[in-house]
Amino acid sequence: MDNWKIFTNGILRENPVLVLIIGLCPVLATGSSMNDGFGMGVATAFVLISSNLLISMLRKFIPDSIRLPVFIIIISTFVTIVDYVMHAYMVELYASLGIFIPLIVVNCIILGRAEAFAYKNTVKSSLVDGIGMGVGFILAITLLGAIRELIGNGTLTFFGRELFNLSASINFQPVLVFIMPPGAFIVIGFMIAGVRWMLKKRK
Amino acid sequence: MEKDKKSEIQLLLTPPPHIKAEESVRGLMSSVIIALIPTTITGIYFFGIPSIVTIFVAAVSSILFEFFYQKIVRKENTISDSSAALTGLLLGLNLPAGFPWWGTVIGSFIAIVVVKHLFGGLGFNIFNPALAARVFLLISWPLQMSTYPKPASIFSGLVPAGIKQGVDAVTAATPLTVVKTIQLSHDLSRSIETATKISWFDLLIGNRGGSIGEVSVIALLVGGIYLIYKRTITWHIPLSFILTTAFFSTIAHLVNPDTTANPVFHLLNGGLFLGAFFMATDYVTSPITKKGMVIFGIGCGFLTVVIRQHGSYPEGVSFAILLMNMTAPLIDKYLRQRKFGG
Repeated sequence: MDNWKIFTNGILRENPVLVLIIGLCPVLATGSSMNDGFGMGVATAFVLISSNLLISMLRKFIPDSIRLPVFIIIISTFVTIVDYVMHAYMVELYASLGIFIPLIVVNCIILGRAEAFAYKNTVKSSLVDGIGMGVGFILAITLLGAIRELIGNGTLTFFGRELFNLSASINFQPVLVFIMPPGAFIVIGFMIAGVRWMLKKRK
Repeated sequence: MEKDKKSEIQLLLTPPPHIKAEESVRGLMSSVIIALIPTTITGIYFFGIPSIVTIFVAAVSSILFEFFYQKIVRKENTISDSSAALTGLLLGLNLPAGFPWWGTVIGSFIAIVVVKHLFGGLGFNIFNPALAARVFLLISWPLQMSTYPKPASIFSGLVPAGIKQGVDAVTAATPLTVVKTIQLSHDLSRSIETATKISWFDLLIGNRGGSIGEVSVIALLVGGIYLIYKRTITWHIPLSFILTTAFFSTIAHLVNPDTTANPVFHLLNGGLFLGAFFMATDYVTSPITKKGMVIFGIGCGFLTVVIRQHGSYPEGVSFAILLMNMTAPLIDKYLRQRKFGG
């Protein structure tokens, strides 16, 4: 498989969230606004890329029988880095993501890619796979957050800047249910259906 | 509801007996609509022109959404089985009179497109479409959904009393909301006992704040008995639902008479009769066996009382029915009749 194919694989054909349907918990829990979704996406993607890289480098040294504990230690090292960096430089985002940053350790996308890809492939393709899957994850969670924020709150904010405000321009009454948990399930259902429909059309 | 002959699938997963009656979806839906006529008339009588608008918008937009959805996905058109009209009518009856028209249209969209057709259409939906739409609207626009106009006979000059005084409408909290407010505020100066002292006659005929279709207990009873007489529904769900609500609210009242309303108040207020006769008995979303129906009704009644007493919403009937809708397949699975000797 050439690198371009591995990269695009993670974005659409095997998008972790919308096609493989894994790692849904942080997506549904933190994707309530565009900003939070993007922040969570970037944090997860960083851990995913770094752990993919390190695990594929070490794959010849890791004994097969204890590979899972080793993966977890590598992943949690990077999660700790993300946790400290965010706490130091992005206090607001850190506060709104809360417990979901340490919980990146148990995100099944990261462990899944380590087990299914990085442990069996070269360093270069593992890096590309991590980037592809990471970008796919960022796109899915940011889109989910943007849709929920737009319908449920009538605004769209990104890095503290308000892109636009529906309630101010037209007399828009926000549909509160969309920033609540049921809204996350409704929107992700529509997104999964949309991606399936696109993939079916391409065949 | 019962599948018509065209969409009959080969595998029968329901318990026997598999006797088919010469009854069509259209016939069943029509008898439910007929049974709702007294309720609709009393609702319009008490809430006037705005209630007609709400019911009309709900029914028409439901039918239109069904028509256009089936056009777009190129499915066979099923408007003539009048199930969309019934869903629209039930949705309208579940809203307060004078609910904004755009909210009603969104509710119809949720009911018909999201809850009914995206799950596979009539016979495949997990939740009761009209109720799911009501809860969607209640969570999304809590203010508009709990602004209930005060009932006023339209014959007093063809306009609700409030409009004559130069305001759009006079609103009144529902009796259940009053009780919930007192419960939450721990205000000892306002006792539950005085708050629940509403004449039974007013509650029975429907002279109280509430959704258009839930206020008149007598009209709902007439419709419900008609449905049981026509054998469109059986007595199992409504009776077990209402009796369980009575049972648990009696216990709550006996244990704590100062902070809970009396059981008669619980029975005659809120959407209990509308829910028990017209919403919980939906064929698609309730169990098939008689024993299952009784369990379903008991669950609905229990959850209703729990939500009314301990929840943050004053009314629990719609949440209770939706929660029990989810358990209906499980109830059917565990109560499947075994082969004799097998």
